[in-house]
Parts: sequence; C-alpha cells; structure tokens
Amino acid sequence: MSLLTQTGVNRVQLRNNSHRYGLLAIFLHWSMTILIIALFFLGEYMVDLDYYDSWYQAAPDLHRSFGVIAAILLILRLLWRLGNVQPAIIGKPWEQQAARWVHRLFYALIIAIVISGYFITTADGQGISVFNWFEIPASFQGFENQEDIAGEFHEWLTHILILLVGLHTLAALKHHFFNHDTTLSHMLGLSNPEQMEQEINQTTTYNHHNPKG
Amino acid sequence: MTKKILLALTFMLGLASFNTQATEHYTIDTKGMHAFVTFKIKHLGFSWLEGRFNHFSGEFDFDETHPANNKVTFELEVNSLDSNHAERDKHLRSERFFDAKKFPIATFVSTQWVNSGQGKATLKGKFTLRGVTKNISIDVSQIGAGKDPWGGFRRGFEGTTTLHLSDYNMKEANILGPVAEDVQIWLSIEGVRK
Repeated sequence: MSLLTQTGVNRVQLRNNSHRYGLLAIFLHWSMTILIIALFFLGEYMVDLDYYDSWYQAAPDLHRSFGVIAAILLILRLLWRLGNVQPAIIGKPWEQQAARWVHRLFYALIIAIVISGYFITTADGQGISVFNWFEIPASFQGFENQEDIAGEFHEWLTHILILLVGLHTLAALKHHFFNHDTTLSHMLGLSNPEQMEQEINQTTTYNHHNPKG
Repeated sequence: MTKKILLALTFMLGLASFNTQATEHYTIDTKGMHAFVTFKIKHLGFSWLEGRFNHFSGEFDFDETHPANNKVTFELEVNSLDSNHAERDKHLRSERFFDAKKFPIATFVSTQWVNSGQGKATLKGKFTLRGVTKNISIDVSQIGAGKDPWGGFRRGFEGTTTLHLSDYNMKEANILGPVAEDVQIWLSIEGVRK
C-alpha cells in the first residue's frame, strides 16, 4: 500500500496549494538536493585527480553537464514558484522570517555558483558541452585571469552552500523529531492535512498577536 | 659639391662612431607587443602543446663592438600563462604546477654574452622560476635592426632554449613523466632604443 494513499493523507497534486507543496515542487526540491550534493563531492574529487587518472576527463565532463542540468532545474523551480501559491510557512514569526531568508540565500548561492562555474570553463571562449548533447556557448570573457577568480568564488560559495545544506537538513530533522511538526513530511508529500491545519492555525495566532512578524 | 660630400662623410663618420662607441639601451617593446614568450611541451608524447606568457617586461643593452657590455634583464608574470584553454591554464597556475600565487614573477638576469658570428650568440644567465634559480643558456640570433617608420630605432632577436620541468619543484611535474620533461622555449624580442 502506497504511503500516499494511507487514510487521512490526501493524494498530492501537481500544483502547490496553500497547505502543501505539489508534486512538481517536491520533485524539483529532491532532484536538486541529490544533484547539488553529488556535484559537490564530484567537484571535490575531480580537482584532486592526477593527469593520468582514467577519470581525469570524464569527471569534469560530468560535473559540467550535471551543473548545467542543476541550473536548468533552478530556472524551472523559480518559474514554478512564480506561477504557484506558496504553502503557508509554519512556526513563530522569527522562524518564518528565517525560513524566507534561508530560501533566498539558497537561491542566490546556487545562482552565483552556476555563474562562477560557467565563467571558469568559458573564460577562453570555449563552450560547455552537456553530455555531448548540446552546447552552452561562451559569452563573457570580461576580466584577466577570469578562470582563477571565478574558480575561487566557485570553491568558496560551494562550501558555504554545502554548510547551508547541512544546517537545512538538521533543521528539518529537528522539526520532525523534536517539534513533531509536518515540515519534513510536507516536502516528502506525506503530511497529514489535519495536523497541518492545526499548525497553520497556530501560526495564524502568532501572526495575529505579532502583526509585524 | 666637394663640400657636400665632405659634409656627408663627416656626418656618416659621426654616426658610425656614435654607433661603435656607445652601448645602446633598449626597452623591450611590450607596449606595442612586439615580443613573445612561447613554450612548447609534448602532450602524452603524441603532439606539441603550445602556450605563451602574455605579460612581461625587460630591457637590454647592446654593444656592437664590445659584446661584453651586452646584458638582459627580464621579468615575467607567471599568471599570464595562456594555453588557449581556461581550465588548463587554471590548473597550470595552481600550486600543482607554477603556484603563481606564491611565485608570481619569474626573472632572467644575464651573466654573459658570447658572440658566435653571423649575428648569432649564446646568452647565459640566471633564470628564477617558482623560487628556483638555474643557470640557463639561450641561443640567440639577431633578426634585424634599424630605424622604424615612426622616428625610433629598433633591434630584434629570437632566442631558443630548453628548460626541464623537473628543475623547478613543481609538485606534479613527475606525474607528467619523462615525455613532458623538456619544455622548448621560443622568444621573440624587439627592443626600442631609449
């Protein structure tokens, strides 16, 4: 029996609604999670390969290709976000505010990482081949030693991103196991609508008492 | 008529003595970029990989009659390495090879110039790269010299030498192995007389 059809759990729909994320948002979240973590470790691994290693060419090829896929997913995600309601954020006002800023920080970091990665490879006018399937052309060769500067940014930003992923994960686990709320099940498409309703009501009460939050 | 010829002769003599007496001082023409520092190294032993350094500066003294006065000083910005492939350049500039951050400048200071006739010479000097100083010897030949169309005087040489990758403490030089041990350097240097 599928978890999604258990009693008390409505079937998740494609689009978001004010209570829950839709299937597409959930898919985008988790596919990017897997990609970003894999890209991070692949990146760390590939820069230490020596010249005669059989992965010396394939690992960066994969890194660049999956990097472009991650960028495409991010664009889809931002567009989907624009064209969809966002489910209510549960928690105290400061928690809601923090949640909004962490989201923005995630997006900003990923965008900056994608751009800096693109700037490394294309610094001398070479395009980025994606799985030998299509090519992203080079468009910007703007500054001296662009590949080195962009490389430093790429490295720093990805380390910050992976730290943020860690914090995000800890926070989700904390919500699930300590607060016993639906934050994590929400993103797994498993949350119980009644419990969520309660949490949202609780949140509304907070907001009512603290209208500024 | 005789006067004119005499005048011309005196002038030519004067010019000649000016040329033979003084050591000429030149600045390498990096402003108009009539100078090139290129290297060539074998890729896997299958083909040549060529690259160059885009930023450098230098001066030389040239004395036609007293070659002992000839000297060259040269500075090269290591991170201006350019092999026409951004990711390779980044890799080469990193601490695995040139470590350009820690050793941003390579220098050459000549110690001896030995003419070997017909505009050819051997230029010896101390070359410092990645903190390692080696005595190297460059085969030089003069390509030409004379007035340029813009009121200056220029003199140009080409030089070749072979450097050895294992001499400069590069961390990963040994990974590239014996096929990449020799790096051929080709220099084209044009000086504008000061």
